[in-house]
Amino acid sequence: MSDKPISPGDGEATVKKQAVNRGDMTKWQWTLREMRVNKVGYFMVAPFFILFLIFTVLPIVLSLFFSFTIFNMLEWPKFVFLDNYIRLLLDDDTFLKAITNTFVFAAVTGPISYVLSFMMAWFINELSPKMRAFVTLIFYAPSISGQVYMIWQVIFSSDQYGYANSLLIRFNFISSPILWFQNKDYTMGLCIVVALWLSLGTSFLAFIAGLQTVDRSYYEAGAVDGIRNRWQELWYVTLPLMKNQLMFGAVMTITGSFGFGAIVTALCGFPSVEYSAHTIMHHLDDYGSIRFEMGYASAIATLLFFLMVGANLLVNRLLSKVGT
Amino acid sequence: MAKLRIKKHNHALNRSLGGDIAINAILIIFGAFMFIPMFYAIMQSLKPLDELWVFPPRFYVVNPTMKNYGDLFRLMSTSWVPFSRYIFNTILISTVGTFGNLVLSSLSAYALKKVKFPGANGMFRIITLSLMFNATVTSITNFLTMSILGWVDTYLAILIPAFCTTLGLYLMGQFIETAIPDSTIESARLDGAGELKTYWYIAMPMIKPAWLTLIIFSFQGLWNYGASIYIQSEQLKTFSYAIGQILAGGIVRAGAGAASTVIMMVVPIAVFVVSQSNIIETMASSGMKE
Repeated sequence: MSDKPISPGDGEATVKKQAVNRGDMTKWQWTLREMRVNKVGYFMVAPFFILFLIFTVLPIVLSLFFSFTIFNMLEWPKFVFLDNYIRLLLDDDTFLKAITNTFVFAAVTGPISYVLSFMMAWFINELSPKMRAFVTLIFYAPSISGQVYMIWQVIFSSDQYGYANSLLIRFNFISSPILWFQNKDYTMGLCIVVALWLSLGTSFLAFIAGLQTVDRSYYEAGAVDGIRNRWQELWYVTLPLMKNQLMFGAVMTITGSFGFGAIVTALCGFPSVEYSAHTIMHHLDDYGSIRFEMGYASAIATLLFFLMVGANLLVNRLLSKVGT
Repeated sequence: MAKLRIKKHNHALNRSLGGDIAINAILIIFGAFMFIPMFYAIMQSLKPLDELWVFPPRFYVVNPTMKNYGDLFRLMSTSWVPFSRYIFNTILISTVGTFGNLVLSSLSAYALKKVKFPGANGMFRIITLSLMFNATVTSITNFLTMSILGWVDTYLAILIPAFCTTLGLYLMGQFIETAIPDSTIESARLDGAGELKTYWYIAMPMIKPAWLTLIIFSFQGLWNYGASIYIQSEQLKTFSYAIGQILAGGIVRAGAGAASTVIMMVVPIAVFVVSQSNIIETMASSGMKE
């Protein structure tokens, strides 16, 4: 755990206190003193952090360890060092397919759903408060109503009762129903469409809330400083003030788009036809919950973790350019 | 009310009429697209059985009936654990879980972001990183932990993990950091308020929109909590699980299934509406924006 100041604000505060108190103390004495002065902080985080250590950190650390072992959950794990990773990257064609699919899903749905969520939140924020609440509800409806995306299965149902097939047959585009979710040419495309339709979720609501906490006096100050239209206001005033929410949204979008899989399973079944929409998540579930090769599944989870962290670093770099 | 009007006026800064029209048009088009599922789910639930299977399929209902809801309640009453028990379980889990999550995550987020003890930033980073680790591989360890603690087959197995969601803390932390100026916190401290008082009376009212958002995330997740490896006794299982069992009955139950979809989504929507309107009121009446 680092005790170095990370955020710029924090750094300033430390510097200010240093000027008054630090004097001839060593770094350790200083840290100890800070710990004593702010000890109430430790009590405040303790309840959360103890639970967090037990139910999140411990399993993650164990899983990192298991990724270097062969572990079938019956026998004691056998240490094999990097074998799981080597097998995964060099010897597992299905995993390569899964990685490709995941990247396609993430590259398409991630940016689009992120920008769409923000734009919609921003547009909604222009409405009067009552209307805002109502429109937010309408837009969030697909996410709130749990299983409703199954409607897409009805629309693209493989028999003639499917809306898509029944329309196409009626207008003579096709003579027999298309097996949408069982045809490897369509599965990826359809799942991407459904994912986009579900994209106004967690980040969208966080953006709505973030826009509401922006202090209106900044807009007035901006207008005085010569901001002439809403786009300039967005870029120079709103976005910089929303940076934290934008980062939150980015993390949510990244975990959502790289962890994509549940929709595919619900619509196309598992595994999808010829692994046409097989993602890293599916591969993980396959080894973790079906074959019980926990070592191998942990290696997949670790790789997925690093993919997400990498994507997050990239997005943070992009976000740091906002408002400049 | 006067204040509201002033705000509206301020809001019109830098807004062109053309842009307003375009924005409303976009919202209406997307809104219609987003509304389809709710509309469709409600329509399905009102269709009599013969209309559910009519060809070509219809989006709307011709002879609306409440029979599907009747069927659903009749099916509910045949379960061997009284259905009210499932409903009680779900309500208990959703309310207690959401409440605990709110308090724990906002309290620790406040401490991490505003008390600024050594190590706070590092902790926050670890929490952010942990969001990106997949839950499939961690569930095995968690099951073992639960059994060691003796929490398997109790409410605790669901509630305790719901209390310490990393998403909740991350969300709260991101809002607290920017929405609450350090100067406000410092002046509260100078006035002699302890950290707990500052947290509850000064900081929390300033991030109500974040509360609303977390309430919805948390409640929605717990409300839809279905089958779980931690719960084996029928008396502790949830509404969502019981509905799933009823629907496993196949085509003849399609009507009841459609009705249950509507029932499952009505409650989170109600929570959304109540908390949203509460926020609007406080935002309009408090002076926090000035």
